[in-house]
Amino acid sequence: MTKKGYVALLLVGIGIALVIALFSPLASSSPDGLERVAEDKAFLDKGKDAPYEVIADYAFPWVDNEDVATILAGIVGVLVVTALVLALGLGLRALSKRAAIAGTNLAGPAPPTSAGGKTGPEER
Amino acid sequence: MAYISLPTPALPYPTAMHIPDGFLSGPVAGVGYALAAVFVAIAVWRTNRSLGEKSVPLMGVTAACIFAAQMMNFPVAGGTSGHLLGATLAAILVGPWAAIIVMTSVIGVQGLMFQDGGLSALGFNVFNMGVITALLGYGIYYLTTLLANGQRGWILPTGVFVASWITVMLAAFATSIELAVSDTSPLNVVLPAMMGVHALIGIGEGLITTAAVTFVLTTRPDLIEQPQRMAPQGGLS
Repeated sequence: MTKKGYVALLLVGIGIALVIALFSPLASSSPDGLERVAEDKAFLDKGKDAPYEVIADYAFPWVDNEDVATILAGIVGVLVVTALVLALGLGLRALSKRAAIAGTNLAGPAPPTSAGGKTGPEER
Repeated sequence: MAYISLPTPALPYPTAMHIPDGFLSGPVAGVGYALAAVFVAIAVWRTNRSLGEKSVPLMGVTAACIFAAQMMNFPVAGGTSGHLLGATLAAILVGPWAAIIVMTSVIGVQGLMFQDGGLSALGFNVFNMGVITALLGYGIYYLTTLLANGQRGWILPTGVFVASWITVMLAAFATSIELAVSDTSPLNVVLPAMMGVHALIGIGEGLITTAAVTFVLTTRPDLIEQPQRMAPQGGLS
């Protein structure tokens, strides 16, 4: 994948996620599956509140407008999750490359494009 | 969210609820952490030797979309809502092991930052929604690609739908067992109720996942690593 394609994929994908987040105030506010069952079967009150709150209930604190609070929570969540997974992915990718360069392939399946010692730019 | 026994108006906003604190007993929560740790470790071990270049941005984008989609509760029958799990979608897009890392990240952020899912229940929330779902969903998808054998048509989308639906049922089944073992609710009470409501939620999961996979297969077929060659334009068309 070219650098341009890489960035385009990220921008389009994150863009889609942010658009979904913009529509999050339209989400159904009915209890979800587990909550419905907990209510019907009378064990909902066994649940305990979290010991601390950051952005509880997907409502950004200090924002009065509930729609805005939800959208902000969604945007923050999308960005945090993306950053976390990209960081993890880049870390794992770096390890992958090292395994490929070492050509040891101690365990696990051989990386498809890493016939021992290949250090050049990756496929595509 | 507040767990209240007095009558309250419907909570105004997305109340996506993973297992909260208090639903699982200490030992059960511990088993959940142990199981999640083992499978996440295997996932790291499998991906740190074989992660392709394009997998990294795709993992990030998949996580972003699954987080956002999980906020979009859709109504199902009887004043109940459901939301996407997304493990099958993630497994199809990035493979089962990278999917476990994606799902663990999403569920971890939901628990630690958004108080969606209890800290003590984080292990089983990851295991139920991110591990067994990703593995089974990918397994069914993989069998479907063999069956479709590169043909366009209905086999692949049907397989994606079935895989998504079954993984929701699996997560509901696992959750029921954990609640029963924790003495939170007897199995003969909680299991039929959970399976019943999630049979409906699973339909939503199936529709969203099938639509998303078809969208990617149509616009960027190169992104999906085919276990076996599929029609380049495979999908609903």
